[in-house]
Amino acid sequence: MELPTSDRYHSMSVDSFDTEKLLTNAARQRDARNLNDFPIFDADAHHYEGESISEIIEFIDDDILNHLARANPGIISSGRGGYQPMGGRITRYPLRKIEETPSDGTHRDVHLSRRWMDAMGIDYIGLFPTGMLGIGLIPQVEVEVQYARAYMRWLTEKILPSDPRVKGYVFLPFNSPEAAYEIATEFGDKEGIIGFLITSPRYKPVHDNAYMKTYSYIEETGKPLIFHSGLNWNDPLMSVTNRFIAAHALGFTLYNVIHMSNWICNALNERFPKIPVVWTESGLAWVPWLAQRLDNDYKMRSSEIPGLKKLPSEYMGDMFYTSQPMEMPNDLSFLESTFKMINAETQLLYASDYPHWDADMPCTIYDLPFLDEKAKRNILGGNAIKIFDLDVSDRYPNYKAA
Amino acid sequence: MAKEILVGKASDFKEGDKKIVPNGKTSEIGVYLVHGKWYAYANLCPHQGGPACEGLLMAKVEEVIAEDKTYQGMRFNHDEMHIVCPWHGWEFDIADGQAVADRKWSLRKFEVEVRGEDVYVIA
Repeated sequence: MELPTSDRYHSMSVDSFDTEKLLTNAARQRDARNLNDFPIFDADAHHYEGESISEIIEFIDDDILNHLARANPGIISSGRGGYQPMGGRITRYPLRKIEETPSDGTHRDVHLSRRWMDAMGIDYIGLFPTGMLGIGLIPQVEVEVQYARAYMRWLTEKILPSDPRVKGYVFLPFNSPEAAYEIATEFGDKEGIIGFLITSPRYKPVHDNAYMKTYSYIEETGKPLIFHSGLNWNDPLMSVTNRFIAAHALGFTLYNVIHMSNWICNALNERFPKIPVVWTESGLAWVPWLAQRLDNDYKMRSSEIPGLKKLPSEYMGDMFYTSQPMEMPNDLSFLESTFKMINAETQLLYASDYPHWDADMPCTIYDLPFLDEKAKRNILGGNAIKIFDLDVSDRYPNYKAA
Repeated sequence: MAKEILVGKASDFKEGDKKIVPNGKTSEIGVYLVHGKWYAYANLCPHQGGPACEGLLMAKVEEVIAEDKTYQGMRFNHDEMHIVCPWHGWEFDIADGQAVADRKWSLRKFEVEVRGEDVYVIA
């Protein structure tokens, strides 16, 4: 396979591709740090469900949508993708097409996941979709609902039963509060389901009364609620940017900033104190910024948020964050300050985001000089084991929480 | 003590070629022939440890700004070639191994010697 480059003299031709080979250096990092000595949970891993779209469409019950999707799967897509591979510089994007996996009945997504998990020393993953992160932007609510149900049936029947190391989340079609509740209750107890997912790029207020019964149900299950961010270059504000880097850096942060602000300013932490709320794929540097902004305003305008019993920043310190894409400033004291503000030792969950372009290896956490061994192990696995109530006895029979 | 690693025959390289050779059991060195010059760098990205030399060789991308400061587009500058780490896209100037986005970071550089037909890297 010929990879696209800037000119014909410096072309690169590749005959085969193997994730394990690409991640040889990750395996060396794993061995040098003894990462296989303790459990690592990756709270934000991905698969490319779009590559299995014909399988998922089989699970769409609605005859009309089923036909339309078979005729053109693009109708259940919303985004403006294509920039993540940086013109092919991230070679795993084009090359994954030629990576071979065994035809042994186990789904290709599981085979590929195991390869990179093993290379990095990751024991378990929480699997998120990719293209579906933008499905909340589709104008037809019924399409989001149908697609969410089909994806959940496919995920719980074809993917999760293949390997207990691969966990999943219930995709809530949040633009329909009724359907979100139905799907939450239908799939919340399925094998391998460890939480509930709201994809953040959307325009629904999380404090709408219509969602309260869904949150009540989630609280009853004890499983976390995850807000997974994303970008929407077609958002009127984002459309002012002309470079993907800006749309990405801002978009992946701002959607969670909005939802977090609404969650706190409507005192949902007080109404649902037992839901572990997890903010995913926004990095971490936004948290100190928003905490300081909200605290400053709250001290002047507390009458506007009478439901709060403490500072917004204190609620934020009770919530959970996944690490990727973790900002790594040259001056690590900035990052150390962020870790302190989010109570990282108990509230931070390692996430790789692999195989996406800005993936973080476990060493991004393990090599931080300001963390002790206990904090590293908590962030890499212990905190997730606790909030997702994971049984790790299959790989670590003697595991005890730190 | 420095050791010499035989890379191969110079005549086996054409413009833009690279060869990745083992440097002990747990590391490699990428050897390049670009614009008629030899370069060698550790196959280890200073960012997160990716195999930088296994990625693409790409020309620098430049903005075209007119005299009146208006933006006119972008173009490749083939005089400055970059090694691109395939894990995350960090780019390194082939001439000195420095990361082009932040030159405080760089690939480890090795000397290359061509003796007769043979190419050696000094590790």
